[in-house]
Amino acid sequence: MRVKREHFRSPKDLPVVEYVTPGSPLCAGCGGLTTLRLMHKVLGENVVVVNAAGCMTLMAVYPFTPLKSSWLYTTMGSAAAGAQGVRDALDVLIERGKLDAADDLQVLVLAGDGSTYDMGLSATSGAIHRGLNFWYLCYDNQAYGNTGFQMSAASPLGSRTATSHSGAVQRRKDIFELWRAQRPPYVATVSSHDAVDLAEKVERARGLNGPKLFLSLAVCPTGWGFDPELSDEIAKLAIETGVWPLKEAVDGAVRHTYVPNRFRPVEEYLRPQHRFAHLFEPQRDEELLTRIQQNVDDYWAPVLAEPVANA
Amino acid sequence: MSRQLLTGNAAAAWGARLADVDYIPAFPITPQTEIIETLAAWSQAGELPGRFVTFDGEHSMLTAAGAAAAAGARTFTATSSQGLLFGMESLYTISGWRVPLVLVNVSRGLSAPITLGPDHNDVLAARDAGFVQIHAETCQEVLDSILMGYRIAEDRRVSVPVLVNLDGFYLSFTREPVDVPDEAAVREFLPPFDFEHLGFRASRPIAQGVAVLEGATYSHFRYQMHRAIQNAAAVHAEATVEFSRLFGRSYAAIEQYRVEDADTVLVMAGSFAAKGKAAVDQWRADGRRVGLLRLRVVRPFPAAELAAALSGRRAVGVIDQNLSPGVGGIFCQELAAALYSVPDRPPVLRSFVTGLGGKDISQSEFDHVLSVLDAAQSGDPVTDTELLMTAAEWQQVQGRLASARRPVEDNAPLPTDSDDVRAAVRAEFEDARGGVS
Repeated sequence: MRVKREHFRSPKDLPVVEYVTPGSPLCAGCGGLTTLRLMHKVLGENVVVVNAAGCMTLMAVYPFTPLKSSWLYTTMGSAAAGAQGVRDALDVLIERGKLDAADDLQVLVLAGDGSTYDMGLSATSGAIHRGLNFWYLCYDNQAYGNTGFQMSAASPLGSRTATSHSGAVQRRKDIFELWRAQRPPYVATVSSHDAVDLAEKVERARGLNGPKLFLSLAVCPTGWGFDPELSDEIAKLAIETGVWPLKEAVDGAVRHTYVPNRFRPVEEYLRPQHRFAHLFEPQRDEELLTRIQQNVDDYWAPVLAEPVANA
Repeated sequence: MSRQLLTGNAAAAWGARLADVDYIPAFPITPQTEIIETLAAWSQAGELPGRFVTFDGEHSMLTAAGAAAAAGARTFTATSSQGLLFGMESLYTISGWRVPLVLVNVSRGLSAPITLGPDHNDVLAARDAGFVQIHAETCQEVLDSILMGYRIAEDRRVSVPVLVNLDGFYLSFTREPVDVPDEAAVREFLPPFDFEHLGFRASRPIAQGVAVLEGATYSHFRYQMHRAIQNAAAVHAEATVEFSRLFGRSYAAIEQYRVEDADTVLVMAGSFAAKGKAAVDQWRADGRRVGLLRLRVVRPFPAAELAAALSGRRAVGVIDQNLSPGVGGIFCQELAAALYSVPDRPPVLRSFVTGLGGKDISQSEFDHVLSVLDAAQSGDPVTDTELLMTAAEWQQVQGRLASARRPVEDNAPLPTDSDDVRAAVRAEFEDARGGVS
């Protein structure tokens, strides 16, 4: 099941223009970079990216930037507050006639899961609370990637990181629900695999005044341990197994924008990734694999029981 | 101009108001809160055209302040103590962005143990953060320094944030007569912020705060900040001339009080310098040749001015209202470095620490300082910082320690205060020190 598309029917309908130009120092196959590139296409050129410490911080290394838009690196814990400062300044300068309204910009926070789920949560929660009119893109690669892939609050159950050698024992924080609990006008999950779904969501959110929060599964060849050429396949498997639900919440009301007709076994997503290899070798961890599958099934059971709206 | 009775906090709020700031990110903390409450009230009454926004903490507040300044807004914010430390990462970040704004810190001792009274350990923790740092002695100086602060920060030769410090309680909550200048005169001193070189705008994309991964290039940018703050010395001096012309008040980097023929000089900062001046007056009445230097501009450190002012004196006593554990008083260290290459430097330089956590400084402590300086000779062995406390205070401390140790059922009255036996107390200090070593 796929929701009706309102603005873009196929990837061919997406804007051709690029605002993230080739030549960044990020890893090959980075799902986060693809997401940013796609999101920026739809947002247009007049953007200031407010960045929190993470992989993407290395996109702009003096004296180069791959972005045609503006950039402000802040700290790991306060990018949303930086966005507030920029947004408020633009507003007040335009109000007071000190800046031409044509010079206005959209403010986009760009932060990884380490910042988003952990250190930056207070600043982001504050910005949502104040109803800040801004965009937020979390490229969630499920660990502290830039420092060598240590466990974060986004690391999924069983995943191996540099600080969870035998696999994370906790479940991920549900940041989508944490955000949604504050009832911002728009929250969505997106994936680098589904460019049209992503573009649709950006376009649907565009007219909403307030926080517009996007959580992207940032497939990560370097940290997850797979060949970069498999990036899109892994991103697709995350969706088709139900591990990564595509959904949105407008003023808190959730709808899934894609529901697989037939869910593939979670194992198909886990097996190609080195971070889950210990679940299969030297012997199968049947108990943990069952739990991971069960968690996915438990998530979807109430969703599938609902009558499909807007299908 | 109007003359009003204002607390130090209200004077700070007036400084921001007269500077016609565009943006005020805020977070409450004792003893600063009155500043943001005053600004919030004005904002909500429509008397303040700038935008007032409360944050989830000082780290966010200071990031937003810097980001707004980077976007071209004239920005004011204020904090104190733990808040300054909580925002420390942001302090370094926004000074590195080379954006002008004014941050008021209302000094308060640091945790642990948590306390409320003032000392300078909070503001001096930020001494290396890349801010120009000005310490005010009076409520008038708080207001004036904020206006001067914007002029200095926004000067292209400087373009770093300015921190204006006032002491909690002693200044923040003390009302003094303050001349509140007319807006028109302030506009002449401080024209609207020309942010043409800054700002995020659609017509001119810019990458700010980008990573610099080569050590040499990084060193270059850090050294640029050093040069910028050094430039602030001349810009401050220029601003002083203009300020004096318009408002009739003048502020040098260091204030020299009755030093003209002094053989002995005290060095202090902040509102407690007023107490030092009173002590100087008393000694002068007794025929002693003693003066006082008050450090007003702390960054850039006025090394040359201090060297010139202290050259040829016999003895200098630095009374630090701060303590760097393992070193002693911070200003004494910095002053010693400034004096090192002065040929006629004072042969006696002694470090005293007092006024921590709002502890008052009494005349008896000043008298003790003078007696130590009188007795000290060139070539004395190196001495540690001396912690000052009156006998009565020592008794109070002993009483508290005894209470803390005492079982609850043994609720005997505390020892009564006594104002004698300074010598006995000092002996106890010496014993305690000896016991440690």
